[in-house]
Amino acid sequence: MSAAVTTPAATPVVTPVVIVGTGLAGYNLAREFRKLDSATPLLLISADDGRSYSKPMLSTGFGKHKDADGLSMAEPGAMAEQLNAEIRTHTCITGIDPGHRRLWIGEEAVPYRDLVLAWGAEVIRVPVAGDAQEAIFPINDLEDYARFRAAAAGKKRVLLLGAGLIGCEFANDLSLGGYQVELVAPCEQVMPGLLHPAAAAAVQAGLESLGARFHLGPVLASLNHRGDSLEAHLSDGSLVACDLVVSAVGLRPRTELAAAAGLAVNRGVVVDRELRSSHANIYALGDCAEVDGLNLLYVMPLMTCARALAQTLAGTPTAVRYGAMPVTVKTPVCPLVVSPPPRGLQGEWTVEGGGSDIKALCRDASGALLGYALTGTAVQEKLALNKELPALLA
Amino acid sequence: MRKWQCVVCGFIYDEAAGLPEEGIAAGTRWEDIPADWLCPDCGAGKLDFEMIEIC
Repeated sequence: MSAAVTTPAATPVVTPVVIVGTGLAGYNLAREFRKLDSATPLLLISADDGRSYSKPMLSTGFGKHKDADGLSMAEPGAMAEQLNAEIRTHTCITGIDPGHRRLWIGEEAVPYRDLVLAWGAEVIRVPVAGDAQEAIFPINDLEDYARFRAAAAGKKRVLLLGAGLIGCEFANDLSLGGYQVELVAPCEQVMPGLLHPAAAAAVQAGLESLGARFHLGPVLASLNHRGDSLEAHLSDGSLVACDLVVSAVGLRPRTELAAAAGLAVNRGVVVDRELRSSHANIYALGDCAEVDGLNLLYVMPLMTCARALAQTLAGTPTAVRYGAMPVTVKTPVCPLVVSPPPRGLQGEWTVEGGGSDIKALCRDASGALLGYALTGTAVQEKLALNKELPALLA
Repeated sequence: MRKWQCVVCGFIYDEAAGLPEEGIAAGTRWEDIPADWLCPDCGAGKLDFEMIEIC
């Protein structure tokens, strides 16, 4: 008779839900998912140190005297415990194999039940001539912020590239932090494309009252070391002396790995209302995702998506709905809330108020409110106006 | 009166000011705000302890 062979009962291997990214999108999705499903293994993979922080707060750290450690809310170990998840930090995924439901970290294959891309957007880098490239700092995550804070210690003058939302927020914050700020941007007003000119003028005047100087029109042509400081040549021929440069010219959703894996990408990773990509079991949310044609790099849509996707991953397919998505801009010298008219809708603007208190409303031919820009004391009207705004994804 | 800050987006709820536009009267204490209240700027929930007392 053959000898009985006992084999240990095979441990049932349950493949995890894998989230790539530990920013607001990744961590908030994980938190919402754990409210609904406490059992399914969860793996988060982060290219950075995995600390939990609020990205909008990167725009308020100097005014509040908070360094990167001060803005960090939890270490990855604490997050792993809180979320009952494995968190791999300083880990870059190198490929996705949708056919076999696995991703690659170098030579290591990691299987997934469902894969969520929450890896955000990267800063656009503009070419600048000269020998001082290393003095140009992007600030797009907590580690960038730590590097910039270290470099800015003891310095006085900051040149900001870009007068968009982030450029204006940094201008306000760095001014509050005691820096002499100059902005250069190839546009006629701050936040072009987002903001009505009257509101833009109010914000610019507010920032100027803090001492910020604007160079609207030119770009930074070259940056060179001159002794202990930097000399910036602008394309209009002017010269700006500064100690370091912050680049805030814009963000581009990360799509390369998704595209390489055959996923549909456009401006962002293309997903439907259930945040499904063109491939089964792969989802995206946050700054990298283009949801039903909308790539909105703001917190409110991200939180809305996190709740819907958590339901879907927990077994209840749930389409995301966007109401109006007004954006609060952190320029405390001139408070600003803006809700640009949805794409494709035309309306007429009316402007009330003056000075720092502007109420600019956009209405269609029937009088329906399409969008607004509110500054100063007018921001108090936002909640009432929000009720009139159209939903972005009804 | 205290102030509470949303740790997701930075919104500050000032008990002294309340949010009259949302039907939350000036002077409403944080603990008296409905449990299903959401941060007006980002949609984070009250129940998730996503607000911290700042002063």
